[in-house]
Amino acid sequence: MLRIASYEAADCGDPGSFLRHGGALMSGYFAFLLRRLGQFGLVLFIGINVAYVITHASPIDPVEQSISAVTSFGNTAPDAVEQMRSALRELYGLGATPLDQYRLFWSRILRADFGPSLSAFPTPVSTLIGRALPWTAGLLAVSTIIAWGLGNLLGGLAGYYQKSRTLRLMGVVAIGLHPIPYYILALLLLIVFGYLWPVLPIAGGSAMNLPQSLTMEFVASVLQHAILPALSLILIGVGSWFIGMRSLVSNIVTEDYVVYAELAGVRPWRILSSYVMRNAMAPQLTGLAMSLGGIFNGAVITEKVFGYPGLGSLLVDAVYAGDYGLVLGVTTISIVAVSAGVLAIDLLYPLLDPRVKVN
Amino acid sequence: MAGAIRDLFRDHAEFRIGAVLVAFVLLLSALASFSPYPPESVYVVPPDVPPSLAYWFGTTSRGQDVFWELSVALRNTLLFGAVVAMISRVIALVIGLLSGYKGGWVDRALMSVNDTFIVIPLLPLLVLFYFVMRDRMSWLALALIMACFGWAYDARLIRSVAMSLKAREFTQTSLFSGMSTREILVQEHLPHVMPVVFSTAMNNMVWSIGLEVTLAVLGFTDVNRPTIGGMIYWANQHAAMVAGVWWWIAFPIAAVTMMFIGLFLLAVTANAYIDPRSRFRTIGGAF
Repeated sequence: MLRIASYEAADCGDPGSFLRHGGALMSGYFAFLLRRLGQFGLVLFIGINVAYVITHASPIDPVEQSISAVTSFGNTAPDAVEQMRSALRELYGLGATPLDQYRLFWSRILRADFGPSLSAFPTPVSTLIGRALPWTAGLLAVSTIIAWGLGNLLGGLAGYYQKSRTLRLMGVVAIGLHPIPYYILALLLLIVFGYLWPVLPIAGGSAMNLPQSLTMEFVASVLQHAILPALSLILIGVGSWFIGMRSLVSNIVTEDYVVYAELAGVRPWRILSSYVMRNAMAPQLTGLAMSLGGIFNGAVITEKVFGYPGLGSLLVDAVYAGDYGLVLGVTTISIVAVSAGVLAIDLLYPLLDPRVKVN
Repeated sequence: MAGAIRDLFRDHAEFRIGAVLVAFVLLLSALASFSPYPPESVYVVPPDVPPSLAYWFGTTSRGQDVFWELSVALRNTLLFGAVVAMISRVIALVIGLLSGYKGGWVDRALMSVNDTFIVIPLLPLLVLFYFVMRDRMSWLALALIMACFGWAYDARLIRSVAMSLKAREFTQTSLFSGMSTREILVQEHLPHVMPVVFSTAMNNMVWSIGLEVTLAVLGFTDVNRPTIGGMIYWANQHAAMVAGVWWWIAFPIAAVTMMFIGLFLLAVTANAYIDPRSRFRTIGGAF
């Protein structure tokens, strides 16, 4: 501990210390990186094991269950049923010893091979997921960045200017919207903009009649279709960042160094941006990494409500169609994608908080 | 406890609003025991009657009285949230107190697992669970699984309180007087973290009920048991919005939104009350 403290003191002292302690800085950053990668691995390991336990603890024969779900929609040729049965038995690894089943499960996941989809036979599950993933990733990334940025900015202002009526009103709205479940808010938006005042498209990812290529028309259509789903995610997301940032900032403004900066005549905007908000950003970034799983849950529902062609719609439709491989595939890919997102955010952390480089 | 509630009532408008909303919802759910109709039966009253004096909230296309159906649904939904909150509080307390008190490698190992449970996206796993269980899915099984995932964030909060308690003198005194780890945690530390447990319990209920509503609306729970999500599910199945039976969907949504905002406001003000700095600010002090 003493050694670290002396590094920190040296860092504050003179700029040359950065070079002298460069080795220690690198190893500090390296240790941070290793820890984050270890956490990433642990999330994947536990998440996928939970998926394994869930699928194998079922008291029902999963193969017959899936086949009856698929064939209940109409006549299926006996050959096709037999083909499905053998494909499914192989997929579940039935008949093998538990250890072999477990090994097979992991090898499928590591190769991202979930067999053919039953509801879109014989398209491989991985193709369907590959098609849906960019929609979800795009919607999620854009709406999360907007919600996080907007919530932090407004929350920071509300914490700093605590007497402003406009900002207080915003606080009430943000806090009121925050606890409402995604489904309810999405449904309300759908009713308002779909039935009462129909101005925005309420389903799909782009206009049906446009080819999916990089033309202005297609991009505009994608953006227009994304407004409602993104709006529902942003309206709910903004609240928690607003509340978090406001309470962080209202604690920081009472610190001595802020009072000192005010007395020294530093401009308010500069105090807010580089003295107050900069310090509050680090915990908010950690918060973003931690809530990514929950944000993903919300996106799944929003997609279903607005018929957005992403992972969420794929997952829900796969359950309705009894498509085991697809459900399992989407679940595992969700776990991988979310933990990769968390890792990416974690790696940004040293940019905001230089202390992790030495600790 | 009574004094704390009185203070909260006096100083926080948010607490007053939250308390009124939650009290209203609790009252409505308590009426469920007086329901004149068996809650799971259908076609017991004329279908599609708009709100009137005979049927306050109207009737559904399945011939149920919306008022009584809503009352039973609220009771079941609240019960679900309370069960999840209770089980997950126990896990959060054990992990949080142990991790904060022990420190060292125990702390590091527990917090790694803890962070894992925070980020795993739960909804796809719950959907997978429904997929393999289908009709055997019971609300208790669902509550158990959600509780197994709903403790992690709050365990971190409890750990941070436990870490500061560890540094206090009374912990040293207890240790030197020969108390075991279990005794210190249960007798000395537990009472100090109870306020955190209560405020996180309300947030946890908001979370678990939100997920349950979502799953039920998609039809991924036992939809024959009346819950808020189940009511919306059946209203959607009968295209209530298109058919103009708006009261079937509007009243459950209004009730559940009131419940969410109420519970959330109570949790927020309880949090502000626990935090001495913001408590000082509310009563008009200055640093």
